[in-house]
Amino acid sequence: MAIFLDKNSKVIVQGITGREGLFHTNKMIAYGTNIVGGVTPGKGGTKIESGQPVFNTVKDAVEATGATHSIIFVPPFAGSDALYEAYDAGIEFAVCITEGIPVHEMMKVVATTKGMRIIGPNCPGVISPGKSLVGIMPSQVFKAGNIGMISRSGTLTYEIVDGLTRAGLGQSTCVGIGGDTIIGTSFVDCLREFANDPETHAVVVAGEIGGAAEEAAAEFIGAHMPNKPVVAFIGGRSAPKGARLGHAGAIISGNTGTPESKVKAFQAIGAPVADRPSDIPKLVAERLKAVHA
Amino acid sequence: MKLIEYQGKDLFRRVGIPTPKGVFATTPAEVKAFIEKNPGSWVLKSQVMMGGRGKAGGIKFADTAAEGETLAKELIGKHLVSIQNPDGETVKSLLVEEKTNIESEAYISITVDRDTRTPVFICSAKGGMDVEEVAEHDPDAIVKYWVDPAIGFSPYIARALFFAAKLPAGYGKTFPKICAGLYDLFMDYGANLLEINPLVLTKDGAVIAADAKVDLDDNALWKHPDVEAWNKAAPSDEDQEAALAIGLGMFNYKKLLDEAGEPAKHVGTIANGAGLGMGTMDAVKNAGGSATNFLDIGGGAQAELVKKSYNLVTSDPRVKAMFINIFGGITRGDQVALGIVEALKGNDVRKVPMVIRLTGTNAEEGRKILADAGFYPVETMDEGAAKAVALTKGAN
Repeated sequence: MAIFLDKNSKVIVQGITGREGLFHTNKMIAYGTNIVGGVTPGKGGTKIESGQPVFNTVKDAVEATGATHSIIFVPPFAGSDALYEAYDAGIEFAVCITEGIPVHEMMKVVATTKGMRIIGPNCPGVISPGKSLVGIMPSQVFKAGNIGMISRSGTLTYEIVDGLTRAGLGQSTCVGIGGDTIIGTSFVDCLREFANDPETHAVVVAGEIGGAAEEAAAEFIGAHMPNKPVVAFIGGRSAPKGARLGHAGAIISGNTGTPESKVKAFQAIGAPVADRPSDIPKLVAERLKAVHA
Repeated sequence: MKLIEYQGKDLFRRVGIPTPKGVFATTPAEVKAFIEKNPGSWVLKSQVMMGGRGKAGGIKFADTAAEGETLAKELIGKHLVSIQNPDGETVKSLLVEEKTNIESEAYISITVDRDTRTPVFICSAKGGMDVEEVAEHDPDAIVKYWVDPAIGFSPYIARALFFAAKLPAGYGKTFPKICAGLYDLFMDYGANLLEINPLVLTKDGAVIAADAKVDLDDNALWKHPDVEAWNKAAPSDEDQEAALAIGLGMFNYKKLLDEAGEPAKHVGTIANGAGLGMGTMDAVKNAGGSATNFLDIGGGAQAELVKKSYNLVTSDPRVKAMFINIFGGITRGDQVALGIVEALKGNDVRKVPMVIRLTGTNAEEGRKILADAGFYPVETMDEGAAKAVALTKGAN
């Protein structure tokens, strides 16, 4: 088991014939993801090189393939439209790679597409190593195993996972939840899944400055995950207040979003906070040992 | 994108939120001509982004056209400095507005609550002062209402705010229209914040937005090209300008100021990805140095952008060493290395000791290319940060 997706999940790609969409479709197919087709309006009836059919609408694709999962590669102005189309066609799980969808559009999407799990937007996607990749992560860094990972950043995830893999700590599922202000799936949503996943023995939560999602995560862990060790990391601890650093959500405003508050929240429930990404594997191994001793 | 008062009020009028009668002026002659045509008492408000302009002397009162002209001459071109903005801002234009006869001042705003993922109205009967101060000293005076975007705005929301905030009865009739206008503007234009402080109830019973604070979501600007064009005229952050000028995203570069007591081991940083960029800054600090900047070069790390980014970072004289942190991922390490060497081999770049961390596909080949070119290639982020900090010593 893993969370959100496994080998059998049927996946379509919205924007499958675009430059980025096609590039990553081929990577996902090579990894073993069950890509059953894709959507590009106007190219319905054609096929991509590896044989997957292209449809004009998500509805056509779902009817023909039985897809339940979708990954979205469309320009920002079409992002919310793509999510609504997926929802309307009955997609249960959508990963939105697109960066730059307006905040107010995402608020509406989140409020009106209840029941569809949205990962992102502005995220690297989800990977269950050895099973399925619905995202743009460099798969060679990942290795199948029992560590769950949740992160607001792309490259920082690769950095941390690279360290875990080198230390022999493979991963059950890694979720990049995205760096935007409004995202479909929070740390807590992922933790709830990991808490119930027998294959996940420990979880790494890689947060960053801004917002209060890390504090909420710590509260959930304290209340609901007594037997599953969690190691946290907070990026941007040396960032100045009020400056937005790359991610729209990575900003300290007033007293909310400070690294001190996040570190304190994790420490309060006994979850260690790594000072640097390279400390994470050691902390995870120690915590696993302590729990199973 | 933050708007200046007169621009914000332009948007307010588009959705029927009343603003004071007046005119926007960029020359003393315009002010004079306006008051000649419209005799009475007028307020001259400096159009700047900064807070605290009143205390900085940016607001003046004129009762005659001649007085208006003199004061306008004094204000336009004046450099205003306030506690909130020690760097200050030069006045380029004025908003000439009628003096309002204030009966009462309220506060109303709408912003994004990222935790509930909904818009939230914030309202108080204590208008005209800093809302954060009110929140601190009299939290009960501030009321909030979270709007379900699936339902949208409906007048009951305004009534709930009106009663909870105990607004004076005189606001009652107009208040729902003002809230409706704010919500429409918020969702249609895509705003991070719309704030009216104060929302004035005049002695003759009118309700007027006396000030306008508007911050629009940059990702939604394309929907309103006329408003997007205003951005070019508005003063923006120097770092954002520098980032845009070399083809980076506006928020991908930020110069960091020294904190008191920080060691002067200054390392410039470049990384691919925002999370890794922040991680790189943190790593330099952990290694006992000071990062001079945050710079996210984005995916791919193309040679020309590497060079421009390098030049931007090293234009800061504090930089004694550079740390470029590339997590290859899908990008091939040898290609990235060739790009970096090609970009930085010329004599048109400032030479500082340069540590490059490279991982990913073909990273070993990449590191060999870098070593041969005289750079310091490393395998891990900690190693790279430590090396770069150590190299600040030997540099001048």
